Amino acid sequence: MPAALLCESLEKRYGAVVALGGVDVEVAPGELLGLLGPNGAGKSTLTKIACGLVRATGGRAEVEGSPAGSAEARAAIGYLAELFRFPDWLTADELLALHQDLAGSERGEHERADLLELVGLGDAAETKVGAMSKGMQQRLGIAQALVGSPRLLMLDEPTSALDPVGRRVVRDLLRDLRERGIAVVLSSHLLSEVELVCDRVAILVGGEIVAGGTPAELARPRGVEVETGDGVRTFPAATRDEVPRIVADLVASGDEVYSVRLLASTLEDAYLEAVGAA
Amino acid sequence: MSGALIIARYALQEAVRRRVILVVMFLTICFLGLYGLGCWVAFDEVTGVAAGTGVDDRVLTGSTLLGLAMFTILFLGAVLAVFLTLGAVRGDAERGLLQPLVVRPVGRTSLLLGRFAGAAAVCALYVALVYGAAVVITGAAGDWWPDRGVGAGLGLVLAVVVIAAISLLGSIFLSSTANGIAVFMLFGAGLAAGLLGQIGEALSVDTLENVAKVSSWLLPFEALYQAGLHGLTADTAGLTGVIVKLGPFGGAQKAGGWLWVWTVAYLALIAAGARAAFARRDL
Repeated sequence: MPAALLCESLEKRYGAVVALGGVDVEVAPGELLGLLGPNGAGKSTLTKIACGLVRATGGRAEVEGSPAGSAEARAAIGYLAELFRFPDWLTADELLALHQDLAGSERGEHERADLLELVGLGDAAETKVGAMSKGMQQRLGIAQALVGSPRLLMLDEPTSALDPVGRRVVRDLLRDLRERGIAVVLSSHLLSEVELVCDRVAILVGGEIVAGGTPAELARPRGVEVETGDGVRTFPAATRDEVPRIVADLVASGDEVYSVRLLASTLEDAYLEAVGAA
Repeated sequence: MSGALIIARYALQEAVRRRVILVVMFLTICFLGLYGLGCWVAFDEVTGVAAGTGVDDRVLTGSTLLGLAMFTILFLGAVLAVFLTLGAVRGDAERGLLQPLVVRPVGRTSLLLGRFAGAAAVCALYVALVYGAAVVITGAAGDWWPDRGVGAGLGLVLAVVVIAAISLLGSIFLSSTANGIAVFMLFGAGLAAGLLGQIGEALSVDTLENVAKVSSWLLPFEALYQAGLHGLTADTAGLTGVIVKLGPFGGAQKAGGWLWVWTVAYLALIAAGARAAFARRDL
């Protein structure tokens, strides 16, 4: 089975400005990849090339084995842009119907109702886009991206306008999509969100991937913290294997041990380290 | 349903539901009301004035009024065509409206074709209806009917369709405001070139005539408008025929069959240019 998304040595230049400088990315079917990076790192450019909105100047990008931008590739993709707008004169139901027509979906009213229910807009089918809050429009955008049952979902900052409840709905939705074998590429500045849902993370800086791996791989051990009768003691160089010995030594020396905690850097630490080092 | 038809339907819905259509309708009703009033007053005042001069005052009045109406309809049609298309590509892309549509498998060519078909259908219907209303008002007020009314209306309809195509092409390169300004400047330049050509013909100045000819090739909406004007009194002879052919706001010019062929070729060239430019445009 071909990769949901495959980018090899992908380049994009705008004159002298390098937006992407030879990026390699592979997303397996059903995998959830988080794209992290500061503003201008190339996340949106990578997403747009995959969607056929921007032409690469070098390398190649494929969606399910078809060149990015081809009709076959676009038929497999659902996309929500970071900066998007829908016609304010359409209702939510009409917007989804338009995208059903464009995507060739024949699931009709049933699909529209399901998608609106899925993003918490079940009661807003007849509400015009112009009368919706930014958060509602973002939910509608996610529903729009899911029209036609795409096999690769490209989401660029999909939760930027959502409240905590809305973000949780989207997180649950992403997990559900993964279980259904749909690959997702999620660009976000919300590191905690990425850490919670993504299988793998790629950190882009200056158009290049400077770090990648699972959130657990990116989070490095940072020692052991022991709560004793004399207070909290930290052993920065210690590893998990050394915990029994540390506890035994403390007890032997007369300390009372109440709890032991393994310290590890968070994805945020890894991100700041990668961005700072680049 | 093909991608182009889906987009055309979407463009039609947009045209009908946006407020611009209400503004145009309001202006059109005002115009037709004033035009009707003007026709009744003019025919009433002019009847018998030219007796004994060899000029048919009814033909002169009717063709002048309808020629004036055609100019107004051309202008209103151009406003509608420009407003429906001025932000179709770059403007919509800058606002984030275009990307969700382009990602769908319909393809960029279908998207352009659909936008053009939608805008052209609305403009053509609008121009045809308003022109028809003006003809009926003129006929009811003065019992005067154009010699080749259908041909005149067709020229006017095609002129506005050409303007819509130019505006759609411009929307690929220019932002909405810049495109609107550019198309209206081209519109004005085309009309001015037509007037210069008329003056050049009257004074036998080759340079002015050549300017008018070149502009007619580059901007055929002016030639189509002139051909439409010519259709109003194409079969009118004598002194009346000579006078009415000067016409208001750009003189009437008989067009050969090549004008219609060139118009079709011109639209095809614009379509090819727009397709190539849009295919290369990053969104």
